[in-house]
Amino acid sequence: MSARIGVVTFPGTLDDVDAARAVAYAGGEAVALWHGDADLKGVDAVVLPGGFSYGDYLRCGAIANLSPVMSVLTPAAEEGLPVLGICNGFQVLCEAHLLPGALTRNQSLHFVCRDQLLQVEDTTSAWTNAFEPGQVITVPIKNGEGCYQADDFTLDQLEAEGRVVVRYHDLNPNGSRRDIAGIRNERGNVVGLMPHPEHAIDSLTGPSDEGLGFFVSILRTLTTEGALA
Amino acid sequence: MSRVVDTVANAVATPDTSQPFAELGLKPDEYDRIRTILGRRPTSGELAMYSVMWSEHCSYKSSKVHLSQFGPKTPKNDVLMVGIGENAGVVDIGDGWAATFKAESHNHPSYVEPYQGAATGVGGIVRDILAMGARPVAVMDSLRFGPVDAADTARVLPGIVAGVGGYGNCLGLPNIGGEVQFDSTYLGNPLVNALCVGVMRHEDIHLAKATGLGNKVILYGAATGGDGIGGVSVLASETFEDGGPAKRPSVQVGDPFMEKLLIEATLELFAAHLVEGIQDLGGAGLSCATSELASAGSGGMHVELNLVPLRDSTLTPEEILMSESQERMCAIVTPANVDAVLAICAKWGVQATVIGEVTEGDHLVITWHGETIVDVPPRTVAHDGPIYNRPYARPASQDDIEADTTAHLPRPSDGAGYKADLLALLATANVGDKSWVTDQYDRYVRGNTVLAQPDDAGVVRVDEQSGRGVALALDGNGRFTLLDPYVGAQLALAEAYRNVAVTGAVPIAVTNCLNFGSPEDPAVMWQFERAVTGLADGALALGTPVTGGNVSFYNQTGDVAILPTPVIGVLGVIDDVERRTPLRFTEDGELIYLLGQTRDELDGSMWAGELHGHLGGRPPVVDLAREKVLAEILVAASRDGMASAAHDVSDGGVAVALAEMAMRSQRGLRFWAPDDIDPFTLLFSESAGRALVVVARSEELRFTEMCAARGVEAARLGVVDSGLASEHGHPAGTQVVEMTGQFAVTIDELRAAHTSALSRIAN
Repeated sequence: MSARIGVVTFPGTLDDVDAARAVAYAGGEAVALWHGDADLKGVDAVVLPGGFSYGDYLRCGAIANLSPVMSVLTPAAEEGLPVLGICNGFQVLCEAHLLPGALTRNQSLHFVCRDQLLQVEDTTSAWTNAFEPGQVITVPIKNGEGCYQADDFTLDQLEAEGRVVVRYHDLNPNGSRRDIAGIRNERGNVVGLMPHPEHAIDSLTGPSDEGLGFFVSILRTLTTEGALA
Repeated sequence: MSRVVDTVANAVATPDTSQPFAELGLKPDEYDRIRTILGRRPTSGELAMYSVMWSEHCSYKSSKVHLSQFGPKTPKNDVLMVGIGENAGVVDIGDGWAATFKAESHNHPSYVEPYQGAATGVGGIVRDILAMGARPVAVMDSLRFGPVDAADTARVLPGIVAGVGGYGNCLGLPNIGGEVQFDSTYLGNPLVNALCVGVMRHEDIHLAKATGLGNKVILYGAATGGDGIGGVSVLASETFEDGGPAKRPSVQVGDPFMEKLLIEATLELFAAHLVEGIQDLGGAGLSCATSELASAGSGGMHVELNLVPLRDSTLTPEEILMSESQERMCAIVTPANVDAVLAICAKWGVQATVIGEVTEGDHLVITWHGETIVDVPPRTVAHDGPIYNRPYARPASQDDIEADTTAHLPRPSDGAGYKADLLALLATANVGDKSWVTDQYDRYVRGNTVLAQPDDAGVVRVDEQSGRGVALALDGNGRFTLLDPYVGAQLALAEAYRNVAVTGAVPIAVTNCLNFGSPEDPAVMWQFERAVTGLADGALALGTPVTGGNVSFYNQTGDVAILPTPVIGVLGVIDDVERRTPLRFTEDGELIYLLGQTRDELDGSMWAGELHGHLGGRPPVVDLAREKVLAEILVAASRDGMASAAHDVSDGGVAVALAEMAMRSQRGLRFWAPDDIDPFTLLFSESAGRALVVVARSEELRFTEMCAARGVEAARLGVVDSGLASEHGHPAGTQVVEMTGQFAVTIDELRAAHTSALSRIAN
């Protein structure tokens, strides 16, 4: 039995198709989860994909955090359910206080889409254990509000605990503090990423296939933890 | 404040009431014609409808007589499934798939309010594609601005780019390419031409018609507000004059999140087979949707206008009819399916309201709280607008333009001079790197983008199993079109056609966005007539039908019209996107071939315009038969695995094309001038019908034999080489482009020049 990975669709979600494809490429089964249903359908892990959840005319992810699906996802994540938030999903995880800090308007004030070099720093999380520590990968970023912000105390704590999962490598595209591109919670089951690994699963349609590692990681995690036994 | 509603009865009773037809953009004879059609004065609601539907933008009244040649000049093949006249044309792309694509201008609104003008331009064309039954899969845009350093460009450009991006990014449609050009004539008249492509199965094609007595008319999407009232008549169909009233209220305001919901809800309605006919609400809003749906059906329709959900309860019925509020669609649904339609809309949080039904007879009747305010034959509104045979004449000044060739311009004659001109060209906004613009667009969403700018065409995978895909290119050249509008339109067509073929796709169909000055100027009308004829003849010669298009007139400030700018979109099909040919080369030792004939053709070129401020003479020769053969070679080279990279040769000639390839590849190359071409001409001439193809040595013989067999010149021009650093005294690893015996330049130098112009816009 392959791992069942939920992919949440809010009305303004855009990258759910891509996230589901990435799950399938890695060998998992993607299960569609609907924002209006407080039902995780018994999945083994969840991806919150990129997009504009409810339009995000208010603070990004603020309304999504109040959705029925989040009313069950947040407690499940606190209990240890693996969750990957990508871009808008990262914003939602911060709004839900599953991850510290916030994503604010890019320093340039422009939306930016580019092929980004990233350094994977933490390979202990549920979503990054297939990478080598220090591995440099190319993954697209595309965001208007991807500038990671937190106070110095929180940033120091994240660094000390090895919870900075990926960092921007060649340049910082959005002004994120300490070049942070992704972080995890203490337990390592919840990861938020500003870059889009689901757009880098095949060099035909992406700048590389190196984003697939995040999805391979979760399958490995679920297998080794025996969650699928 | 109470207000008297102008009913049909009132119109009959008060025939002499004076009506503000001129303010609504109607000419006196057009107003008289409405009175003749109705046999009475129109009500104020009817006047509102006729005024927007008979506007230049909606009725094509000045262009129709010339556009009518596209029909008879359609190539005889099986590609075209739905032709001109529907929301967008549909073509067969094989395996039961169909594609629909169309470009539309949003020039005037984007000048007035850059962000919203451009955003709603994207929104409008996406709804056109959606209304055909297709899932929109990609967008492109062709943008033109005044000089990059002009103060108004700093106002207009960032807003337009942010608007295109802000709307398209939020919809989840990859932006896969287009163009950004600059010329002083666009300073008060920026051009925003947005293209959308959608795909569907053959059986899913939908049409805009209201049939079936008793079927319901459902309006769904955003509530109607006061934005965009008279957009098509007041904004798009008049020239801007200094000191006139502010036109900002005529620009619509976009809500891309609502459009995203509208897309998903509509696709779900299609999938459940709940829709009999469908029309989007764009220019002219409800006036357009109701009259077009009714006239395409049997004609009878009753709409209760007071049921239309409003954002602003003070709107008058006339304003509701004219409003161009965005993100609205109108569906014709059988009574049995109404509940299912409302349920799907509710699932997506989209407001849906039954506002009327298909009735007996052939009149469109619109009531307001029970009183009849519109009672018209819908065809007279939608299709029987005035047709003008406007005078056109080749202006005498055209002789002076043709006589003023580039022969007297000083040409460099040594390596240092060539290098200096190349770097100078790269540093101009027209030739320069456009990533400041394109980095603001999401090109990855949906995960099917195989190629996007700066590749010559965008390529999108349609079928994940088979790898079938479509390629799209959008090109225009106002400079060549000024020199000869017939040839200029064909050169734009040839370039878009070639750009599609460069990727390995077979070009199959054409769309267009024709941007011109005032049709009331015979010289402009002459440019238009020549360009349309050139395009129609060209599409016939290439065997690629014109599937639809758009005309934008009145792009002028005072007496100065824009460069005549037909922007041509070409769609191609590629059986397997794995075989696409990219711009980027990756292997040292591979050979660079120049296909096609290079002539001394510098008139109208980037070299003349950008480095010498010169525009005159004759445009390059266009030979469509040879373009066709070149495309066949490019497709065969892709299909048979002979080409590892390729690039169209156009703006800036071979020099710029090679520099672009080297920069994109981050890898050096060595090239030389073939014996029979002088170095300057090789570098900067813009002869049409040429492409650079990179070929592995093991494929060289097969490739050159194929070119020879088809009679296409193939000159061995250079070789990919990443190891030229030491020869030229650079640190190891430095990537160098060398023209043997002439000059050498590092890729870093090229890139510094290439990115300099647009970086000046940045903040």
